Amino acid sequence: MIRLGIPSKGRLMGQTFDWFSERGINLVRSDSDREYAGHIQGIKNVQLIFLSASEIPRELSAGRLHFGVTGNDVIQEKLVLFNQLVKPISELGFGFADLIIAIPSFWVDVKTLDDLDAVSAQFRDKHGYRLRIATKYHRLLREFLMKAGVADYQIVDSQGATEGAVKNGLAEAIADITSTGDTLKANHLKILSDGLILKSQATLFKSLTSDFSQEENQVANSLLKKLRAKN
Amino acid sequence: MTDLKDLSREAKRLAVVFEATGAEVVELDFLQISNVLLDLYGEDIRGRAFITNDPVYGEMMLRPDFTIPIVEQHMANSVSTARYTYCGKVFRRQEEFPDRPREFLQVGYEIFDGTNTEKADAEVFLLVNEALNGIPIRIATGDIGILMAAVRSLSTTETRKKALLRHIWRPQRFRTLLNQFSGLSSKPHPTQDVEDYNKIIDKFEIIGSRNVQEIKERLLKLKLESEIDPIDPEEVKILDDILSLKDTCTVALSYLEKVSKKMRGIEKTVDSFAKRLEFLEHNGINVDLLDFEGSYGRTSMEYYDGFVFGFYSEIYKDLAPVATGGRYDALTERMGQGKKIPAVGAVLRPDLTLLLRENNHD
Repeated sequence: MIRLGIPSKGRLMGQTFDWFSERGINLVRSDSDREYAGHIQGIKNVQLIFLSASEIPRELSAGRLHFGVTGNDVIQEKLVLFNQLVKPISELGFGFADLIIAIPSFWVDVKTLDDLDAVSAQFRDKHGYRLRIATKYHRLLREFLMKAGVADYQIVDSQGATEGAVKNGLAEAIADITSTGDTLKANHLKILSDGLILKSQATLFKSLTSDFSQEENQVANSLLKKLRAKN
Repeated sequence: MTDLKDLSREAKRLAVVFEATGAEVVELDFLQISNVLLDLYGEDIRGRAFITNDPVYGEMMLRPDFTIPIVEQHMANSVSTARYTYCGKVFRRQEEFPDRPREFLQVGYEIFDGTNTEKADAEVFLLVNEALNGIPIRIATGDIGILMAAVRSLSTTETRKKALLRHIWRPQRFRTLLNQFSGLSSKPHPTQDVEDYNKIIDKFEIIGSRNVQEIKERLLKLKLESEIDPIDPEEVKILDDILSLKDTCTVALSYLEKVSKKMRGIEKTVDSFAKRLEFLEHNGINVDLLDFEGSYGRTSMEYYDGFVFGFYSEIYKDLAPVATGGRYDALTERMGQGKKIPAVGAVLRPDLTLLLRENNHD
């Protein structure tokens, strides 16, 4: 039985259904909408598992899912050496999001990472603690800033409503995903010109750690063949 | 698989070399309060250390090294002369290299003593060398102190020097700044005058702890920076030459002595280098064969600010260093809240020395 992970909520789920059906594959959720399970019309031996998009990376890396749809932002944040654990099969063309660093718009002296680093030093001198950046993407942000040589900052965890963290006094800057930038603007933030950490979109991943029986392999191959037919 | 008995025998064998000096043997708690380490290393330490939470103390770390807590303890208790040695496990998260061990033994030695710093440098180096006797080893040495002195003696503003010194352990950012300050690349521009900013400030919502005053200060600072001359290319050249210096200690010394005639600010540190070499030579180290690298210790040895060294396997090029050490005077000041004392130390990896010893017999 092939186990395919599908985001369980909202637009991402809807668009995933659409993407598959455009390729002649109809995902069907179990009779009860409340049950997080389903199957594919006309194809046996594929089980749909509905999960939060942020849990799909873990399930793929543990081999409990054979395939899964999620953003490459969460894949890269959650999985160390992700390309040894999962393989991207296809980018789905929706769920676009950029992981960026944003700062208050009234910081007219800050445009680039150079500025951010200089301001971090200034801030620590003045305030006695390190400039706080709110994010849930701890690893990606840390690696990005380490490569850029930005020092004297600290990460504060923010699992939601991150754009409000500065206004709410939790941080001086944020790192979060954005698609249109409207929410940032509404929260009086602007993006650093070279602060793009990652471009993300919904992607179909294959687990490199799960076991495929001979039969599962056949099912997987015919499924992938169908998906590729459209492209 | 390493036999644990062999490993503990090897650790003991290294430890006795340091204990024989009469150094005080210290033991430390596994769990350390995170603040000190975070203040020192910044966020990067989170990628390297195991972090946990205590309901009372807040964030705590499984000790990623011994040196910092030892410095902290020493500075809290006294600033007298002391020699410490330790043997115990440290813990490291491995994100980039999952094959490396998460916990391993360290044997180390730290000297807090300002009477003769060059002699203390040599003492640590010689003890490590003695402990590693019989293992085929490549040795690298350097001196961050000379580098820092060269930066300090640039004829430019204190602001620029401070910015460069802050990034001495981040070579890439250091280079970016140096290029900007020497006119080789463009630098952040003052986006506007403070007066203009005053006019538009009402348009913005003021949020967060960084206030308008701080922004105005930085705008002024950027304006000043844009108006001062680039650093003299001659001086940049000297700094570059020191950074790329790679030769034997003897050749490096004679080169640096020549340079210090032009750049007087480094004279004292070069003298120290010469004295240190004398002590080493006097104790049987052939400094004509000992390597010196001007940039050595800049990437992985944050907080060292003087003599630095590393012992590496000659056979396994990818193996982590078997021993590393160096001088960290500034660290004692930072943790001593006003007090300071010159200090130097080293740390060895018994798991690696054992591996190399066994390999050597085969």
